[in-house]
Amino acid sequence: MNPQTKHALRRAMRGSVLALPLLWPATAARADDLADIRATMQAMQKQYQAELAKLQHDYDQKMRAMEKRVEAAEAKATSATAKAESAEKALTTAQAAPPQPAAPAPAPAPAAANGAPAAANAFNPAIGVVLDGKTMISSHNPNTWRLPGFALGDEAKPPPRGPSIGESEINLQANVDQALFANLTVAFENDNSVNIEEAFAQPTALPWGFTAKFGRFFSGIGYLNEQHAHTWDFADAPLPYLAFLNGQYGDDGVQLRWLAPTDQFLEFGGEVLRGASFPANSVSEALSSNHNDGVGAWSLFVHTGNDIGTSASYSVGLSYLGTHSKDRATDPVNGPAGSDIFSGTDHTLIADGVYKWAPNGNFALRYVKLQSEVFLRKEQGSFTALDFPGASGVSTTKNFASRWQTGFYVQGVYQFMPFWRVGLRYDQVDAPSLGSGFNGTTLDSMGVTPRRYSAMIDYSTSEFGRFRLQYNRDEARPDPDNQVILQYTVSLGAHGAHQY
Amino acid sequence: MLRIRLSLALAALMLLSAPRAFASLHVFACEPEWGALATAIGGGDVDVYTATTGLQDPHQIQARPALISRLRNADIAVCTGAELEIGWMPVLLRQSSNGKVQPGQQGYFEAAQQVTLLERPERLDRAEGDIHPAGNPHIQTDPRNMRIVAAALAKRFAALDPAHAAAYAQREQAFDQSLAQQTARLAVEAAPLKGISFVSYHKSWIYLANWLGMTEAANIEPKPGVPPGSAYIADLLGRIPALKARMIVYAAYEDPKPSQFVAEKSKLPAVMLPFTVGGTDGAKDLPGLYDDTVKRLLAGLGGKSG
Repeated sequence: MNPQTKHALRRAMRGSVLALPLLWPATAARADDLADIRATMQAMQKQYQAELAKLQHDYDQKMRAMEKRVEAAEAKATSATAKAESAEKALTTAQAAPPQPAAPAPAPAPAAANGAPAAANAFNPAIGVVLDGKTMISSHNPNTWRLPGFALGDEAKPPPRGPSIGESEINLQANVDQALFANLTVAFENDNSVNIEEAFAQPTALPWGFTAKFGRFFSGIGYLNEQHAHTWDFADAPLPYLAFLNGQYGDDGVQLRWLAPTDQFLEFGGEVLRGASFPANSVSEALSSNHNDGVGAWSLFVHTGNDIGTSASYSVGLSYLGTHSKDRATDPVNGPAGSDIFSGTDHTLIADGVYKWAPNGNFALRYVKLQSEVFLRKEQGSFTALDFPGASGVSTTKNFASRWQTGFYVQGVYQFMPFWRVGLRYDQVDAPSLGSGFNGTTLDSMGVTPRRYSAMIDYSTSEFGRFRLQYNRDEARPDPDNQVILQYTVSLGAHGAHQY
Repeated sequence: MLRIRLSLALAALMLLSAPRAFASLHVFACEPEWGALATAIGGGDVDVYTATTGLQDPHQIQARPALISRLRNADIAVCTGAELEIGWMPVLLRQSSNGKVQPGQQGYFEAAQQVTLLERPERLDRAEGDIHPAGNPHIQTDPRNMRIVAAALAKRFAALDPAHAAAYAQREQAFDQSLAQQTARLAVEAAPLKGISFVSYHKSWIYLANWLGMTEAANIEPKPGVPPGSAYIADLLGRIPALKARMIVYAAYEDPKPSQFVAEKSKLPAVMLPFTVGGTDGAKDLPGLYDDTVKRLLAGLGGKSG
């Protein structure tokens, strides 16, 4: 018999013994008056004794608590006398946090700063600032960068040449009230434009493992997508992120997630979104059309993960993003005047996997992080281009349905000593040919599979400052491009906590 | 006969309605010392999951998927607090979708809130390194702190699980008595350590020093969380004779190299301390943690590294 069953059995026995008097009501009824009075008196006596015992017990408890506090105070006093120069400091500490009164409070009340009136800014949100600057040297002009076979969004390009402050981000977050949490992240871009990266609220008290987000946020698809770019292990986004998500997919809408009540991490999520970011473009249609529900993108994702012993852990996921476009203008080369126009639907599938290992699971000293994501996309609709064969300056529209476009990256990062890491990455994308009708257009892959090899080394001054040197051999264009990126990332203010 | 049968039926009914073989409180302990304390107080009435081990730096823990799912299913999170877990616990809390364990709820317990923290920084500036505004969070190295936290935790368990309140109080009392006896015994054994100065790697030992009447005279880290450079170590080596330090102390989870280097150069013993439960083989539980700590310090005083 295991001890828990034994325990339960013992409880049950005790319970049945207590229940016995109830089973013999006749015995009690037959008792004469004298016995009755005696019984009452005995009961009273018992009750008093019990109460007295309880009082004594409470008193003992209080005394014990007091003893402990006195001991602690004594210990502090000893140290104060031993270290004469720190005595003053200890005194201030003691004044700031007086030992709790011996009388047991119903709930441990936090030691408030006595008498100090709450300032108007006492409820200000936590403020965090991130400066993420980059310097790039490249053998090719970054403005002519292309991924043959793909119509690209405006963010799908290498960092600009020369020193630039990149992105300066301000993050504000706080609990709104007992039911909501909210977060605002504003990014000031290199060109002095302002971009609201995230602005969302989150209910904090949903039952049964549900959470929701509404507002603007990075979609929960994939692995890297939800993380802020400055937390990535390389200075730039992997090629499939550039080709399929314009760097990173953020949009306005609603997200719902459910975390299963299992020891194995298992989370399901879905989003309904406006469709304001590449590859979607459905906002103008929603504003102009009579029959439009305003939903331009939708997603579903599942993530699972666990520990493998104490040293390792993993996470894998599968995501789907559907997006709708109406008159989406792309082509960073020609600019708006010479834009390609696409109307149709994109179905993007992402499989992601991350594995982390550290000796004894101690990430402070050394660790390895391996990660990969595989993308599959089907694009169908109509494409309008200036440069269809024989179009000679007149735009022509052609319907098409792509075969599965693919892309993936695989990377590894190794922290070989505290604050020093090295990393390697390989990434590629591939768009199967659409036939001779698209020769010479953006969607003509020219038989090229764009690929890139990257290596990086980074040094952190602390959790809050990091310098990174990265080299890319970029074979997106027929003639390989050598890129060197120097990146610095510094965080000020509120302590950001990092996702897995 | 009928009565016997009735009482048997009643007993069977009670047996069925009694708590089944699984525990009534699911505890998520951030660090091993709180896992051990929760086990000591909760016994068979709780089921304890400990998020980290004694060989892991509690400042730098990954917000692993397993931790998110364990916290989602927890009735109470027992953590150190005082911002020790600031790099990972907020992510877990946000992703766990568990309203019961959020700060402010009964299901969120911070040990550092129960005791008086020492070394509250006078200057709040990240230029001072990885400092904790509320004070030094490494409170578990003093058994007297552990007794105060134990009393508070037993109360919290009782509030969350009134059915077993008596059992929690009883176990806490037993734990407290035995720890009081052990502390009294260790006070005698550790008497030679009184007044002894030591140099430590990280500023982790103020509560231990306080308990045993020792002095943490200097740190090998120039600022908390900042690894030492060669210039700083050279400077420290120059200062050690004047500090009259008798040993170099470091935690089991820390890289032993810098401490051993300083020990070798200054001809002092390097003493590895468990820091928490599971840090060494001897520190299997809380009594073991304190016994092993004193044992290793005494060995260090005798000139032995280890």
